[in-house]
Amino acid sequence: MPINNYILLSIALFCIGIVGVLTRRNAIIIFMCIELMLNAVNLLLVAFSKMHAKAALLAGDISGTAGTDGQLFVFFIMVVAAAEVSVGLAIIVMMYRNIHSVDVNFLNRLKH
Amino acid sequence: MNALIISAILGVVMMFSSILLKQKNAVRSVAVSGIILLLLANILEMSGTVFFKVNTRGMIVFDQFALLFNSIIFLATLLYLLLSAKDMEKVGVNYAEYFALIFFILCGITLVSSFKSLLILFLGIEIISIPLYILTGSDKRNLKSNEASLKYFLLGSFSTGLMLMGIALYYGARGTFSTVIDPLITVTANPLLISGMSLLLFSMAFKVSAAPFHFWTPDVYDGAPTVFTSFMATIIKAAVFIGFIRLFDDAFEQVQSTWRIWIAVMTAVTLFIGNITAVFQQSVKRMLAYSSIAQAGFMLLSLYSMNTEAKEGLLIYAAAYCFATIGIFAVLAKMNDYTFDGFNGLSKREPLIAATLTILLLSLAGIPLTAGFLAKFYMLKATIATPNSLWLVIFAVLMAAVSVYYYFRVIQAIYFKEESTSSPTIEFSPFFKGAMLILAGLVILLGLFPDILVNWLYF
Repeated sequence: MPINNYILLSIALFCIGIVGVLTRRNAIIIFMCIELMLNAVNLLLVAFSKMHAKAALLAGDISGTAGTDGQLFVFFIMVVAAAEVSVGLAIIVMMYRNIHSVDVNFLNRLKH
Repeated sequence: MNALIISAILGVVMMFSSILLKQKNAVRSVAVSGIILLLLANILEMSGTVFFKVNTRGMIVFDQFALLFNSIIFLATLLYLLLSAKDMEKVGVNYAEYFALIFFILCGITLVSSFKSLLILFLGIEIISIPLYILTGSDKRNLKSNEASLKYFLLGSFSTGLMLMGIALYYGARGTFSTVIDPLITVTANPLLISGMSLLLFSMAFKVSAAPFHFWTPDVYDGAPTVFTSFMATIIKAAVFIGFIRLFDDAFEQVQSTWRIWIAVMTAVTLFIGNITAVFQQSVKRMLAYSSIAQAGFMLLSLYSMNTEAKEGLLIYAAAYCFATIGIFAVLAKMNDYTFDGFNGLSKREPLIAATLTILLLSLAGIPLTAGFLAKFYMLKATIATPNSLWLVIFAVLMAAVSVYYYFRVIQAIYFKEESTSSPTIEFSPFFKGAMLILAGLVILLGLFPDILVNWLYF
């Protein structure tokens, strides 16, 4: 499959994530949309990694290491996303204990 | 490399100290001696003594700029802990863990100031951000702290998502995460690289709270416990700026013509919004939040001009801004009333604190003989050296004049207003007064002899 399809797919996923973050009001759903954005990036990185590996192969590099750093990056994103999830859910739970809601419209109170 | 490994170890040590040490004074002394150790180890590395030799395959490079910046940050953290560590007791019960998180943040700052690969930049930014979300929400029963923490978390991870997309597009365009570019190769401005660059620009602007991505700053800074606001507004902001300037200096230098105009507009808007909104604030804490946006506008000038003076200037600016703001926040954290009236008549009760506070405020406003003046001077000098930028310089000077108004409002309250009789008196310990004197001394010393800082860069 040409690389453009992968790029389009992951940009579509990324945009869905952005629109979700900007329009939804439930903190958990916003959070899921952020995860969607991160996973779109993961997909894109893997696709680019394959693209660079293929390009290196065509250019005569037979070591097979070209493009592996993109896949390594994906693991780092996963680990960091897991750390972020643990902290983020803790914050949402803390919020829920105090106001019994996870609606971000409550956040407007800080402005006053 | 010294600072990176030692700060991570110290973070773990602080976590264990909460189990082993029952007294808060003991925990505090461990933290302060830890940061002194960190500072000494970093200064040793500047003179060539490296304890740990790790092959990072060129992903992390500790050059003189990064090391000097780390020293400034560690010195600022030391002063911050000396002034504010006692006030952290008021925030919550997990006293030692706050120090542990601060040490982990310092570890992240070390990464951000010395990265040569976007992977390290990403990890550094996240190691800074995730503990900060916790520190912002550390006042668990306070609704404002909760809200600030949730807001910071959602917007912070959103901007991380944008940054990752930028990194992925950069990778697609270049085939590597390294920011080191062979000067012989000309980087063509293809759409992948340009869109990746703009996403990175947006997300970094978000992290340093440059307009139009500044909207979270006043709310988060206002809601977070004041001791941690002080840390966020000074040390973190300066650290992310160093990451910002390194990223654009290394990776995107060859496509400078495409982003320079964006930075110019961003700088002008940030200066305008930060200064004009700060004028209308009633709470000193919120005023300082907007003032931090305004100061970020000045720091953006270094990104715009991107020459030697700009880099020297950014170091001086980081030092001047951190020292002054840490002192003001430390006094503010002890106040009962965060409005301007809370400072009324401070000079009668505490002449020494009032005098040092005035010096720090004058430095922020950029009055000569203080470090703040010299920092602004360096920035403007660097900007004038770039072609077609006179309008930006004139605008920045005008905005600096506006900033004098709101800083002098505090000075006016300290010296020229009568204290209301009902307010309870605040105690300042002799130790606190001594630390404030050191801060004011440093600000004046740096204002008279900036060379003592800048010379470190070149030997």
